Amino acid sequence: MSDVILKVSRLSKAFGSIQALRDVQFELRRGEIHALAGENGAGKSTLMNIIDGILQPDSGEIILDGRPVRIASPAAAQRLGIGLVHQEIALCPDITVAENIFMAATNASRSLLVDYAGLHRRAADILSGLGDIDPLALVRSLSISQQQLVEIAKALTLDCRVLILDEPTAALTEKEATVLFAIMHRLAAEGIAIIYISHRMAEIFGHCDRVSVFRDGQYVVTHQVAETTPTDIVNAMVGRVVDNRYPAKFQGDSLAAPAILEVEGLSSPGLFSDVNFSLHRGEILGLGGLIGAGRSEIVRGICRIDETASGTVRLEGKPLDTRRYQQTIKEGLVYLSEDRKGDGLFLDMSIAANVSALRLGLVSKGGIIDQRRENQQASDLGRRLNLKCGHVGQPVSALSGGNQQKVAIAKMLSVNPKVIFLDEPTRGVDVGAKLEIHRILRDLANAGVGIVVISSELPELIGVCDRVLVVREGRINGVVSGDAMTEQNIMYLASIDAERARAGGARL
Amino acid sequence: MITQTIEAEAGKTAGSGWKRLAGMREIGLILIILALFAAMSFASPYFLTWENMRAMAMAFAVEGIVVVGMTILLISGGIDLSVGSVTALAMVIAGLLFLNGVDPWTASLIAILACTAIGALMGFFVTKVGLHHFIVSLAAMVIARGACLLGTGGRPLGLFTLPPEFKFIGQGSIGVIPVVIVIFVVVVVAFDFMLRRTTMFRKVFYTGSNEKAAAYSGIRTKKVIFLTTTLCSALCGFAGVIYMARFGSAQPTFGVGMELNVIAAAVIGGASLSGGSGTIFGAILGTILLSVVSSSLALLDVSVYWQDIIRGSILLAAVTIDHYLSKRRR
Repeated sequence: MSDVILKVSRLSKAFGSIQALRDVQFELRRGEIHALAGENGAGKSTLMNIIDGILQPDSGEIILDGRPVRIASPAAAQRLGIGLVHQEIALCPDITVAENIFMAATNASRSLLVDYAGLHRRAADILSGLGDIDPLALVRSLSISQQQLVEIAKALTLDCRVLILDEPTAALTEKEATVLFAIMHRLAAEGIAIIYISHRMAEIFGHCDRVSVFRDGQYVVTHQVAETTPTDIVNAMVGRVVDNRYPAKFQGDSLAAPAILEVEGLSSPGLFSDVNFSLHRGEILGLGGLIGAGRSEIVRGICRIDETASGTVRLEGKPLDTRRYQQTIKEGLVYLSEDRKGDGLFLDMSIAANVSALRLGLVSKGGIIDQRRENQQASDLGRRLNLKCGHVGQPVSALSGGNQQKVAIAKMLSVNPKVIFLDEPTRGVDVGAKLEIHRILRDLANAGVGIVVISSELPELIGVCDRVLVVREGRINGVVSGDAMTEQNIMYLASIDAERARAGGARL
Repeated sequence: MITQTIEAEAGKTAGSGWKRLAGMREIGLILIILALFAAMSFASPYFLTWENMRAMAMAFAVEGIVVVGMTILLISGGIDLSVGSVTALAMVIAGLLFLNGVDPWTASLIAILACTAIGALMGFFVTKVGLHHFIVSLAAMVIARGACLLGTGGRPLGLFTLPPEFKFIGQGSIGVIPVVIVIFVVVVVAFDFMLRRTTMFRKVFYTGSNEKAAAYSGIRTKKVIFLTTTLCSALCGFAGVIYMARFGSAQPTFGVGMELNVIAAAVIGGASLSGGSGTIFGAILGTILLSVVSSSLALLDVSVYWQDIIRGSILLAAVTIDHYLSKRRR
C-alpha cells in the first residue's frame, strides 16, 4: 500500500499577479483513492492541470515512480499513464459514444484506417461496466449524467495508472454515483491510483482512503480518512472553525403564517401536471427531487418563462395574471437559473450592469441610464451581500464563483422581489460563500421575502429549508417538514411513488 | 485573489481614472492613427494637405454610417454581409424612381424604407425561422445585388437632372465643412450617446453578451435582434441615398466588398464577433485607421492589389493583439 506512485514537491504557479499555487506538496500511493478537498480557488484544479500537462509549473518538481518528470502536454501525460476526467464535459456532440471514447486512443494510433467494428465492440465492453449506454448513440442525445459516464469511459481506455476525477458526481444521480464508486473501488483494487476532487464530505468519507486539503493555493494537511472527521476537513478548508453550518430555522409553525404565494392546478403538457402548494411568510420552501424530475420546469411555469403553463397562481391572495416573464418580474417574482454562467449572468459586462439588468427603470430616467445611480445600486446591494470585488465597474468574469453568485442574487434583489426562486443556488460555490448565501436567504425570509430553493444536495435542502416538496416525474410526490425531513425520506419520495414509499418504511 | 471588499471602494465607480483610460483600446487606436499621420506627413508632401484630409474624410464618412449600424448589430450578436449590396440597392431604387418622375426626396425616403423592409425580412428569418445571421445576410447580399443589376441592366444610372439642393447633401459644404461630414458626425454622436446611456441600447448589450441570461432577465431578445438587424439595413439605405447625392448617379456595382471593410473597422474598434461588446467611437476610429492606411498606400503608389493584402493583415494583427490583451485582462 505504501509505494508512492506520484509525488509533487515545492510546486508553484502564478497567473500574472495571482499566486495560484505556492510551494505545494502532494503524494499519491498505488491503489488508493485520494480525495482532494478545498474551496474554489484553493488551487486544486491548477494542480491537476499541471499533473495532466495542461499547465506548466513555475517551479518545483513532479516525481513519477521515483523519477522526476516533465509533463509537457496532455498527450505526454497520457503516455505516462495519467488520465484526467474534467468537471466540464468535453465531448463531441455529433459523433457516436464509441468514437468519443476512443478519441484519444485514435489520436495516438499509428494506423491510417479506423477499425470501427472493433471500436464499437471495445466501447460496448467498457460501457457495460458503467451503465446502460448505447455505444452507437450520438453524444448529443445523451443526458448530462450519461455524458459524464462517457467521459470516465474515455479515461479508462487509456490504460492509466493515475486517474484524476474532478467532481465527477456533480451531475450524477444517486444511483449513477453508486455505480461510479463501485468502479472506482474496482480500479483501485487493480492498483490504479485515483485522485478524487469533491466538495461533498459524504463522498470523501464514504469512499476515499486519504484526503488532502488545500487552501488559498497552499497545501494544508493530509489525513487518513478513518482518522479524521468531516468537521475537521471543513475547518481545514475554510481555515477557521465553522461551528453552525446552517442558520436557525423558522420558529413555530410556518403553515400558520399568511401565505405569500399559492399555486393551484399548475400544469404544462409533457413537463409537469397538477402542481399545488403554498409558500408562507418567513419560510424557506425547498423543491427536491432527481435531476430532470421537473423542479426547474415548475418554477419556470410559475414565473411565465414557460409561457404555456396553465393553472392558478395567487400572490398575496390576488390572482397573478401575467403572460410574460417581464410582467411577472414587475409583480415581484424572480427566478435565478441553475446555470449561472450559461444563462444567469453577463460575464463580460460590469457588476453594475448585471445588477441593474432586471429593471433598468430603477436606475434610469426617461430611458437614459444614470451611471451614478447604477453604480450606487450595485455597491449598496454588494455591501449587503458582502460581495468581494475591486469595484462595481469590474467585469463579472473576474470574480470567484461564490461572488458571481452573489452578483446574481444582488440582481434579483435589485427589484425588491416578493418571492424569489433559486435553482441550485450554491452549485460550484466554495464552502465559505455557501454558508454566507444560506445566511442571506434566511435573512431575506425573516424580512418577509418568500423563498423557494431548488437543490439536488440533500443536506442543503434539509439544512436550509423549513419544508421540502419532493417532485417526481412532474408531480409533487410528497411534502416533508420537521423531523420527517431526512435524506432517506426525500430520496424515497424522489425515486418511488408516495404509496410505496410509505409501505417501504418511510415515516411520512 | 481579490480580497479587497467593496467597502474599500464604495461610491467609487472604477479604479484610478488614468489607469482605466490608458487601458482603453480607443487610446491605442488614436496613438496609432497619430503615428501614421506623423509618418505620412514626412513621407508625402500631399498627405497633410486640406484637400487630402477632406477627400479622406469624405471617403470614410458615408461608410461610417454603415459602420454604426454594423457595430450595433455585432454587439447584439448578429452580423450582416449584405450591407454593400443593400447600400447599392438604395441608390438604384432612388435613382430609378427619380428617373421615372418621382421627386428625389420622396424617392430617397422610399428607398430607405425599402432597405428597412429588407432588414426586417432578414430579422424575420433570423428570429422567427431561426436561421443564422450569416447565411440569411449572405442570401440577402446576393439577392440585393441581383436586384440592382436587374433594375439597371448592369449599367450605372446617370442622374444629371438631380436638383442642386439634393446634390448639396452629398457635395455641398457648410462653411468649410462638407455636409457629408456634418451628417456623419451627427449620426455618430447620436448613436454613441444612445448606445452608452439609453436603456433601449443597453438591452442590445445584454442580448449579445448572453442571450439566454437576457431572456431570463425578462428582455425580449428576439425583438432586440430583429430591431438591430432592421436598423443596420435602414442605415445602409440612408448611406446609399447620400452616396447617390454625392456621385450624382446610381451605381449597381457599388459597395462590393464593403461588408469586409465595415466589419473589419468595427472589430478593430473593439466590437466582438461573439456579441456583447463594442463602441461606436472605437468602430469609427477603426474606420479612420483603415481609411488613413488606404489613402497612405495610394499616395505611396502601392499597387491596389497590395493594398488588400495589407488591409487584411492589419485586421488580423488587430484581432490577434486584442485576443492577447483580453486574455491578460481575465
